[in-house]
Amino acid sequence: MDVFDKLKILTDAAKYDVACTSSGVNKKAAAGGVGSAAASGICHSFSGDGRCISLLKVLMTNVCAYDCKYCVNRKSNDTPRASFTPRELAELTINFYRRNYIEGLFLSSGVLKNPDYTTEQMIEALRILREEYRFFGYIHAKAIPGTDSRLIAQLGMLTDRMSVNIELPSQSSLQMLAPDKSKHSILAPMKYIQNRIQENSTDVIKYRHAPKFVPAGQSTQMIIGATPDTDFQILNLTEGLYKKYKLKRVFFSAYMPVAENTLLPTLDTTPPLWREHRLYQADWLLRFYGFTANELLDQHHQSFNPYLDPKCNWALHHMDFFPMNVNRAPYSDLLRVPGIGVNSAKRIVIARRSATLQFNDLKKLGVVLKRAQYFITCGGKVTGGLKITQDKVLQSLMSEKTLGMYHQSFPLQSQIKQLSLFEQPPMIPSGFPQEDLQRCLTNPI
Amino acid sequence: MFDQSNLIYRYDGSFDGLLCCVFESYDKKEIPTEIILPDTSQTLLFTVKEIRTDVQKSSRVLASIPEKMGFDALNFIRRAFLTCFTQKELYILLFLRLGYRHGQSVMSMLANDVVNILFKAVKHLDNESHLLKGFVRFSIFSNILVAQIEPKNYVLPLMTQHFSERYPEERFLIYDKTHGMALVYQPYQSAIISIEDLELPEPDEQEQSYRELWQLFYDTIEIQGRHNPKCRMSHMPKRYWKYMTEFGGPRKKSPLKLEDTAKFLIP
Repeated sequence: MDVFDKLKILTDAAKYDVACTSSGVNKKAAAGGVGSAAASGICHSFSGDGRCISLLKVLMTNVCAYDCKYCVNRKSNDTPRASFTPRELAELTINFYRRNYIEGLFLSSGVLKNPDYTTEQMIEALRILREEYRFFGYIHAKAIPGTDSRLIAQLGMLTDRMSVNIELPSQSSLQMLAPDKSKHSILAPMKYIQNRIQENSTDVIKYRHAPKFVPAGQSTQMIIGATPDTDFQILNLTEGLYKKYKLKRVFFSAYMPVAENTLLPTLDTTPPLWREHRLYQADWLLRFYGFTANELLDQHHQSFNPYLDPKCNWALHHMDFFPMNVNRAPYSDLLRVPGIGVNSAKRIVIARRSATLQFNDLKKLGVVLKRAQYFITCGGKVTGGLKITQDKVLQSLMSEKTLGMYHQSFPLQSQIKQLSLFEQPPMIPSGFPQEDLQRCLTNPI
Repeated sequence: MFDQSNLIYRYDGSFDGLLCCVFESYDKKEIPTEIILPDTSQTLLFTVKEIRTDVQKSSRVLASIPEKMGFDALNFIRRAFLTCFTQKELYILLFLRLGYRHGQSVMSMLANDVVNILFKAVKHLDNESHLLKGFVRFSIFSNILVAQIEPKNYVLPLMTQHFSERYPEERFLIYDKTHGMALVYQPYQSAIISIEDLELPEPDEQEQSYRELWQLFYDTIEIQGRHNPKCRMSHMPKRYWKYMTEFGGPRKKSPLKLEDTAKFLIP
């Protein structure tokens, strides 16, 4: 088997892993080395599905001892198997890197023989890269659940970021679909990595040249839509992971049916892309906008509104919070206005130091007035001639496409009076044109 | 004194030259309606005033900028000068006039039209140079890394540090076709030089096989069920594709068909 076949098989097996970021650490090559990393991360290409390609994302091997029902690499699946030798992989990485194809390596693996043996293979590949090629680029490695902590520590010294995949958001789902894994076997290495990062950060203060352990932090990912877990549960879990385990990112991946199993959605199910999109929106609200999971969803509203993004949805249910004076409101409040994002909020805070802002100024700063105008005042005034009515607000918060879909779903009652802000929104009906939905998700609503 | 309403400055296209325009504007208490390059065809309706570049004047202006409005402002107009914005010279002059009046706070006057337009131009420049840090594709010819780009803005000065830190031990060349310039680097020194044209040799066997491996990887990593060309295009506009290996030539596994890939290398 030549390297072309191996690359094809092992890329194909790795592509369902979502994380491909190269962010979180700034460094440059030492003399005699090659490679650097930028904290912002750098995308080197975008694949046909629109996802960023930053790292060479491959598996060490797709041979696997486990039989997780949702996974393409499960033991019982009849698929071609291959393994890279550590040296092959290191050579491929360095040659791609020199041509600026990639920012570094994303290395995951199926479980060959046992977790420890697999991790040793990964460590050897990374050791060749770091020591023999003096590679200073970005490396993201997966910690295989069940690996000895000594090996995890060794792996962590060679990588910039590590991740342990949660995959299924609850213990019961795990039990059902991934009988070889348990909540404990996943959270234990996560905890261990977190502790090591913390210890290391005090070492680095004491000794300037102390080697760094996983300097870009750790991340994880969850599959959406393979199990009956609700958005509320997933979002709460996400928030917990950020707080308790200090994760840098939680990734979501809409479930792609890859296996026939009575416990799983059928093979012709389309991936719940809109749900994934809403979860990412909420994730951003948690990380950059100062929202908490409980503000976005609660016991009685366990799913996201399909027609409105979580921030608009929150604003509509908290009209008492508005209108807001943009010239006075603190940054944290500005972030809560639909149509104002992190960048425009920062610009507002800077620009209002030298002048009182008017509506046309806000437009220049990048505020989306179509949405924001219902929630803000400039110098005590609202936009001239603006009438705030329920349906007007609702219409402004949806894109034309979404609004069209909303009417399409309820053709007979599309009278404006029927649009209500405060009722639980109807779910997307089963006959919903998925293609349209996917297209509308291309642009944030 | 020229009539204010239809005065045009012509300068030599250098940053120093532009600073002399600023000097002139204050010296003669006048504001031009346009600042043009030497080779711009002129209309007879307007008075064109030649601004001679005088290092003494420009260094006085240069020294005054950080003093009056801070280093951020200087850094900002230096970058504004690299943008492809057609009226950048005039707007830089207007920006500096604002700066001399308001001091440091000029950098926070984001709602001001002059400041706003320049900020947007600089953002375009920054975005493009950031994207190109990822989209540049090197080919290796006798152990020298060579790449071509066709950016709208003059991004090479902003890419020097990044690539020098990334490949400190390599020798590389990035050719900017739009501006006829190239960034060249050999261990521990870099320069931006003017190059008329660049003709690349045929790739050797090893280079060709890594290109094909990369194309194979690129095609395989896509999840077919989520195909979304619009999303890809918004992140990676098509004008960058021309020099990217993953879109070059037919994809075949059989090694070595040089004429196929030569097409996209030598336009």
